[in-house]
Amino acid sequence: MLDVTKLSAAYGQVTAIRDIDLAISEGGILAIIGANGAGKSTLLKTIAGQLPTKSGSIVFDGDDVSGLPAYERARRGIIMVPEGRRLFASLTVHENLQTALSAKRKGAWTLDAVYDLFPLVAERKDRRAGNLSGGEQQATAIARALVANPRLLLLDEVSLGLAPSIIGELYASLPIILEQGTAILLVEQDVSRALNVSDEVHCLLQGATSLAGKNIALSEISAAYFGTERDS
Amino acid sequence: MNLLDPLIQGILLGGLYALFAAGLSLMFGVMRIVNLAYGDFAVLAAYGTLIVVNAALISPLAALLIVAPAMAVLGYILQRTILQRTLGLSPLPSLLVTFGLSIIIQNLLLMFGSADQKRLSLGGVDTASITLPFDIRVGVFPLFIFLLAIVILSILSWVTAKTQYGRLVRAVSDDPATVDLQGVNPKQIYALATAIAFGLVAIAGLAAGVQTSFNPTSGSMLLIFAFEAVIIGGLGSLWGTLGGAMILGVAQTVGAAFAPAQQILAGHLVFLLFLAFLPNGLTRRKVRA
Amino acid sequence: MSASVAQVLVEQRTHFVRRWTRTSIIGSSSFLVVAALLAVLPFMVNLSLVYSMIDLFILVILAMTWNMLAGYGGMVSVGQQAYIGIGAYSMVVLADSLGLNIFAAIALSAVVCGVIAIPISFLVFRLVGGYFAVGTWVVAEVVRLLVVQFPQIGGGAGISFSAMSDLSRDWRIATSYWIGLGATVIVVAACVLLIRSRAGLALTAVRDDMTAASTSGVMVTAVKRLVFVFAGAGAGIAGALIAVSTMRVQPDSVFSVQWSAFMIFIVVVGGVGTLEGPIIGVLVFWFLKQLLADYGPLYLILLGVIGIVFVLFVRGGIWGLISRKGRIELFPVGYNFSKKL
Ligand SMILES: Nc1ncnc2c1ncn2[C@@H]1O[C@H](COP(=O)(O)OP(=O)(O)OP(=O)(O)O)[C@@H](O)[C@H]1O
Ligand SMILES: [Mg+2]
Repeated sequence: MLDVTKLSAAYGQVTAIRDIDLAISEGGILAIIGANGAGKSTLLKTIAGQLPTKSGSIVFDGDDVSGLPAYERARRGIIMVPEGRRLFASLTVHENLQTALSAKRKGAWTLDAVYDLFPLVAERKDRRAGNLSGGEQQATAIARALVANPRLLLLDEVSLGLAPSIIGELYASLPIILEQGTAILLVEQDVSRALNVSDEVHCLLQGATSLAGKNIALSEISAAYFGTERDS
Repeated sequence: MNLLDPLIQGILLGGLYALFAAGLSLMFGVMRIVNLAYGDFAVLAAYGTLIVVNAALISPLAALLIVAPAMAVLGYILQRTILQRTLGLSPLPSLLVTFGLSIIIQNLLLMFGSADQKRLSLGGVDTASITLPFDIRVGVFPLFIFLLAIVILSILSWVTAKTQYGRLVRAVSDDPATVDLQGVNPKQIYALATAIAFGLVAIAGLAAGVQTSFNPTSGSMLLIFAFEAVIIGGLGSLWGTLGGAMILGVAQTVGAAFAPAQQILAGHLVFLLFLAFLPNGLTRRKVRA
Repeated sequence: MSASVAQVLVEQRTHFVRRWTRTSIIGSSSFLVVAALLAVLPFMVNLSLVYSMIDLFILVILAMTWNMLAGYGGMVSVGQQAYIGIGAYSMVVLADSLGLNIFAAIALSAVVCGVIAIPISFLVFRLVGGYFAVGTWVVAEVVRLLVVQFPQIGGGAGISFSAMSDLSRDWRIATSYWIGLGATVIVVAACVLLIRSRAGLALTAVRDDMTAASTSGVMVTAVKRLVFVFAGAGAGIAGALIAVSTMRVQPDSVFSVQWSAFMIFIVVVGGVGTLEGPIIGVLVFWFLKQLLADYGPLYLILLGVIGIVFVLFVRGGIWGLISRKGRIELFPVGYNFSKKL
C-alpha cells in the first residue's frame, strides 16, 4: 500500500533524512526506532506531506503522492498523529474529533465507534482540549486521527511522557485499528515496546537507515540504534 | 442638557461601527492579519454602489446585492493571490502590503472619482425617523442598521460556534500548522474568512455612505473606528466588539453634545482611557499576537 | 558557532573579534567623504537642487529611525507623524517664541519628542501584533486634534516659523541645508552606534527571531522602549527640519499619514532591517519623486505598487540584492570572528 523509495528531505539546506526505503502493506505495522534526532519525526512528516520531499518517491495506493500537499494526502487516507499531539486547545474534545470529518472519508470509524474504543475520551467529550492531562490528550489525538478513517496511520511517539498504564491502554487499541485494514507506521523510542507490537522494525541513525527487517535480535538492534560497531 | 438623546444615537451608531469591526476582527482572529486597507475597501464598496445605482437606476439596497458578492469575490482573490504570501510569524509583511493597498485604493478613487464628498440616498428612508417614548426621535435607517448589525453578529457567532467551518476557523487560529493533517487546506479557510470580511465591509460601507458622507480618503477614519471598537470590546469576542462599538458611538455622540466639533477626539480619548486602564477590553481576554 | 563558544575562544585569546571589515571601513569612510562633499554642495550647484536636498535629509532621518523601529524592533508604526508634528511645533515655540538658538531648539525638539514618546509607549505597547500599528496612528490623530485646539500656535491654520527670516533667501536655504546635513550625519551615526551597542545586539536578535526574542521578556521590552523613544526623537528632528526649511508648520501637512507611507516605501525598497537599506531607498524615492511627483495620485499608486512588489518578491530590498544576504556591510556593526595567526 505504501512504498517509499530513496526518500530524502531537508530543513532548508540541512538534509535530515537520506535515501530511506520502506514498504508497508494493508493492515500491516512497522515500527520506526532510533535515538533522539535520528530523523523519525522528519520521516513521518515527509510521508504526511508537512515537509517537502527533496528526492525519492512516496507511492501510496499506486500513486506517487510526494508532490501532493498534506491536506490532499490526508483526504487520501494518510493521517498523522503528530509529535506533541497538537490538539486544538480552545476546541472541546468533541470538536477536535469533528475537525477530522473534513477529510471527508467514510469508513468504520464513526464518532460513536471511536468513543467506544476510547471510553476515556468519551468521558472528556465536552472539555476543552487545552485542559486535558497528557494521557487524555494523546488518546484524543489518536481518536481524532481515527475519525478521518485512515488507510495509513502515522503515530509519532504516542508513549512520550505518559504513565505505563495509559501507554498500555493506547497500545491495546492498535490491534483493533489494524483489524480494519488500516496500516500503521509507528515511531517509538522504546525498542522493547516497539518489538511487542511489531515484528518488523526500521532503525534510523543520523537520518539514514541503519537496520531494517523482521525478527532481528535485540543485540543487533541496539548496535544499529546507537551506531556502535557490530560484533561479527 | 438632555443626554438621553445622544446616548441613544450613540448606541445606534455603535451598530454601524460593529459592522465594520466584525470583519476586521474576523481577519485578525483567523490569520493574525490587521488589514490597514480595511476602511478603504468600505469606501471602495460605497463608490461601487454609487456607480451601480447610477448605471442601473436602482436603490442602493438593491445595488448591494451586486456589490457585496463582488467585494467578497475580490476579498477571496486578494487573499489567495497577495495576502496569503504575507502570512507568517512577523506582522510586518501583511501590514506593509495592506498599507500599500490603502494608498493605492485612495489614489485610484481620487483619480477616477473626485475629492468631494459623496453620499448615498435611499430616497426618504434615510431621513425618516420615528418617535419613541420620552420624545426621543431616532432615525429609521440607523435603527435598521443597528438591528442588522445584531442579526449579522448573531449569524457570525452561530457560524463560529456550531458549523464545521466555524470549528475549522477556531482550529486554524489555535494551530495553523496542524489543520492540514485533518484534510483541510488552510488557505481555503483564510480565503473564505477574507471573503466574509469583505462582504461585511460592503454592507458597512453602504451603511456609512447613507448615514454620513464619504470621500476617497475617509477609509482611514473608518479603519480607526473599527479598530477602537475591537480593542475596547476585547479581542476575540464578537459581542465584546458590539459593546466596544456602542461605547465608542456613545463617546462620540455625547462628546459632540458637549462640544460639537470634538466628536472624533472624544471617541479617541475614551479609547485611550480603555487602553490605559482596561487593556484587555470589556471581555478581558488575553490574546496572543 | 554559538555565541558562548565564541566568547570562550576569545577569552582564551586563540581567536579575536573584528568589528571592522574591509568593506565596512571603506563604507564608513566613504560615508564621511560623501558628507564632506555634500557640505560644499551649496557653493557648486543651483539653489533649487540644494533646497530639494533638504527634503532628502529629512527622509533619510525618518527612514533610518523608522527602520530601527520596524526593521530591527519589529514595531510597525504608522504614527511617526505624531513626532514629526510635535517636533515642528516645538521648533516654532522654542526658536520663535522663546528665542532659543536654532541648534539648541532642534536638539530640544528631539528631547521633547523623546520624552513624549515614553508615556505613549506604555499605551501602545499593550497592543498585540498588527493592532500596534493602528494604535500609533490613533495617537498621531489625537495629537493632531489636540494641537489644532490651540489658537496660540495657529490652530487649524498653522503657524509660520520666522527665526531665520532675517537671513537672505540664499543664505537661509544654504543654512537650512547645512543644518539638515549635520542632523542627518548625527542621526545616522546614532543609529550605527545603537546597533553596535548591547541594546543593538538584543534588537538584532528580535529582528532575526521574532518568537525567541518575544519570549525573553523584560530586557526585550526595555530595548524596544528605548528604540521607540529614539525613533520618536528622530522623527522630532525631522519635524524641526521641516519647520526650518518650509518656514511654515501646517497641522494637516506635518501630521499627515503620508509621511509614514514614505518612510515605509523607502525602507521596504532599500532593505528592511539593515542600516544601508534606508539610504539606498531614499535615493530611489527621491529619484522617482523628481521624475513623477507631478502626476499626483498616479505617482502615489506607483509607490504603493512598487512597495507591495518588494514586500512580496524582494523581501531584502535592493540592499539585500547587493549585499548577497548580509555578507557585505558598509557600517561596522557585525561581528567577524577570526583565528589568530
Ligand atoms: N523544524 C526543524 N528545523 C530544522 N531542523 C530540524 C527541525 N526539526 C528537526 N530538525 C533536525 O532534524 C533532525 C531530525 O529531527 P527529528 O525531529 O526528525 O528527530 P527524531 O528522530 O524525531 O527525534 P526525537 O526522538 O527527539 O523526536 C535533527 O537533527 C533535528 O535537529
Ligand atoms: Mg521526533
